[in-house]
Amino acid sequence: MKLELHKVKINKLAWGDKTFARGGVLTVNKEELLSVLSGDERLAKVDVDFAMPGESVRILPVKDVVEPRFKMEGPGGIFPGMVSDVDTVGEGKTLVLSGAAVVTTGKIVRFQEGIIDMTGPGAEYTPYSGTCNVVVILENVEGVEKHDYETACRMAGLKTAAYLAEKCLGTAADQVETYETPCLKNAMAAHPGLPKVAYLYMLQSQGLLHDTYLYGVDVKKILPTFLNPTEVMDGAIVSGNCVSACDKNNTYSHQNNPVIHNMFRRHGKDFNFLGCIVTNENVTLADKKRSSSYSINLAKTLGVDGLLISEEGFGNPDADLIMNCWKAERAGIRTTLLTDEYAGQDGASQSLADSCPEGDACVTAGNANEVIVLPPMKKVIGVPEEANVIAGGWQGSLAADGSITVELQAILGSTSELGFTKLGAYTI
Amino acid sequence: MVKEIERAGLPVVHVCTIVPISLTVGANRIVPAVAIPYPLGDPSRTMSEEKEIRRHLVEKALKALQTEVSEQTVFTD
Amino acid sequence: MSYRIVHYINQFYAGIGGEEKADVAPEVREGVVGPGMALKAALGSEAEIVATVVCGDSYFASNIEKATAGILEMMKKYKPDAVIAGPAFNAGRYGTACGGVCEAVVKNLNIPAVSGMFPENPGVEMYKKSFYIVETPDSAAGMRAAVPAMAKLVLKLLRGEKIGTPAEEGYIERGIRKNKFYDKLAAERAVDMFTAKLKGEPFVTEYPMPVFDRVAPNPAVKDMKNAVIALVTSGGICPKGNPDHIEASSASKFGEYDITSVMDLTAEAYCTAHGGYDATYADQDADRVLPVDVLRDMEKEGVFKKLHNKFYTTVGNGTAVASAKKFATEIASRLKADGVTAVILTST
Repeated sequence: MKLELHKVKINKLAWGDKTFARGGVLTVNKEELLSVLSGDERLAKVDVDFAMPGESVRILPVKDVVEPRFKMEGPGGIFPGMVSDVDTVGEGKTLVLSGAAVVTTGKIVRFQEGIIDMTGPGAEYTPYSGTCNVVVILENVEGVEKHDYETACRMAGLKTAAYLAEKCLGTAADQVETYETPCLKNAMAAHPGLPKVAYLYMLQSQGLLHDTYLYGVDVKKILPTFLNPTEVMDGAIVSGNCVSACDKNNTYSHQNNPVIHNMFRRHGKDFNFLGCIVTNENVTLADKKRSSSYSINLAKTLGVDGLLISEEGFGNPDADLIMNCWKAERAGIRTTLLTDEYAGQDGASQSLADSCPEGDACVTAGNANEVIVLPPMKKVIGVPEEANVIAGGWQGSLAADGSITVELQAILGSTSELGFTKLGAYTI
Repeated sequence: MVKEIERAGLPVVHVCTIVPISLTVGANRIVPAVAIPYPLGDPSRTMSEEKEIRRHLVEKALKALQTEVSEQTVFTD
Repeated sequence: MSYRIVHYINQFYAGIGGEEKADVAPEVREGVVGPGMALKAALGSEAEIVATVVCGDSYFASNIEKATAGILEMMKKYKPDAVIAGPAFNAGRYGTACGGVCEAVVKNLNIPAVSGMFPENPGVEMYKKSFYIVETPDSAAGMRAAVPAMAKLVLKLLRGEKIGTPAEEGYIERGIRKNKFYDKLAAERAVDMFTAKLKGEPFVTEYPMPVFDRVAPNPAVKDMKNAVIALVTSGGICPKGNPDHIEASSASKFGEYDITSVMDLTAEAYCTAHGGYDATYADQDADRVLPVDVLRDMEKEGVFKKLHNKFYTTVGNGTAVASAKKFATEIASRLKADGVTAVILTST
């Protein structure tokens, strides 16, 4: 499977009467975009705004971030099973508006949406302070059921991302990246002498508002399966999560999964990267046992020597992480874990809810309970009062002057367990 | 939490879904529950069936409290 | 202007006497006493020891609250910028006193405190999370090594400089996690570590897996018919509207709610404050998390004597173990005071 990512670099946004990209500027026809998003009876109102790096702008509560991508060539369409028909993706050519992002915000679905500050101390913690953000502001129809509202918000973000990139088809790429994973027969014969490895890609699937979709399938219903890394780049995995903002894997971070990129970087040099095993984090013990056993058996069947395992979320998913770890290690497969920590505001508590001695190689994206003060911003897109109720905030988080005191937990992507930030922790 | 209640001298039974976590953190009497969002219920059943499931789990919890244990024990059927 | 430091030592180092004088009450002396001389030299001109508080080890151990309060009052008069205690080396009671004093200083005076102890001193385990304890040899023969390290650390704290790792600064690991920005993305660090592990090269995990302590099980309930059963949950069940604003994640409190004459938790009256799971089902029927309906039935049938008239709730989601521990200790003491026999704790 071979995929070319045609990256058009975006460093500026502008309004215009036509949507197109030229010279690093993404011009957006607001009216046309709004018409693409119109007609959803679950949404009472849709609006669009911009937020640029360095501006004194705060966006909250943020539901998801999506990178604008569209298929130029090749079977299938972007976000299969969501925006496009269900067909295999990961081959051909895909246009990427690199540096641009679609951010969905609006009246909150539940407690778990996040904050993006475009400048100041909070900006250092979120990857999305560095992107040129097209912010889609959504307002639900009174009384719409929460799960339906989540679907409406999710679809609006994906549609906007697809629309923006589609309108830019034909723009010459600034950079073309090529990724290829051969079929297993060839992959197994390649790079003799190097250890074979795979990436065990854990996806949040706790319930209707804590879910991830694979080709449109709610992953709580899947058995762990094999996935080519290039399929992920074409939007095969989409976030439907309303869970703590710091470590829910946004659609953007799936599309740009830095674990996959770093595995490719060392592929053929230090190891032979065969691909991903995607698995879920369900709410019953039987599911957890089944999925971990199934994943590790898949890894054994592939004959891998090592598994890099990334978690999504925290708490009971720690039990999935730990089961995956010891089941692999006891099958002779060496593991490295990528997680984050909930060590308390003072950092003095245990960081994980579960543990096993086999987890001797663990990288963490930092302590999500650490408290940060976010100074007031000149402009707030969304609903600032939600700071008092989102996960990581508390009654009184929002001060009269507009500053917000919260745990890092409330900042979008701050302790990304796909390892999308440079944050980490150490013991004093 | 369960450990601190035990430490204070009260017999305690932990009714929870993710038994491995309970075992790791150190609960002594554990009764496995249904699922995280509904440990003592099952929305796919009728209300009266659900209540029966719940009754069964609570009976198991009371039985666990009346059973002498010397180490961590999971009370399955 | 130099920083003002108050030094805390025991009766032995103050030259009052050994074990036979260990019951002397706290007193304060202007300037340096005993090991304060060496400390003064190590601090140089940047900080000055303005006073020394002396207390007998036995006195402190048998009057902890009174002694701590008195010592704090004495210290406050000298407007210190920091407090140094000891070093206590491997002296157990002296170490615990230094720890108790320093913890109180950090908490109540909001200024830095530093002590020095041998790693096996019981004061280390008790107080290392509260403040910095410099690692020292086991006896006063190690004074020469201990004092400069303590002085260096206290000056760094006073200047507000970033404190390095235990190995860099010479203090005993406190077991506290601190965030920092690394040079590389966490994903790249993970793939680096993964590669090293595969090749059998050395690597250092960023988080050593925790080991949880154990508590011995309590004896079983012998007479269920006369038992009072209480309900506790980490599933966040609370009266509708969450009147105490229990946080959806990283809870800072627990709730205590009266259920006298409540036979069933209805959707009109109860919901969950928990932000970590799909709340739809608990909001529809909170008995799914907290089985009040069934327990009322069984109470009526005489299976046990009484369902306790209060239930306790918090949100487990993202809540630090230390907070949960604190809540549970308080809940347990209330339950015991109310004559509860046994507890059913439900988790989501």
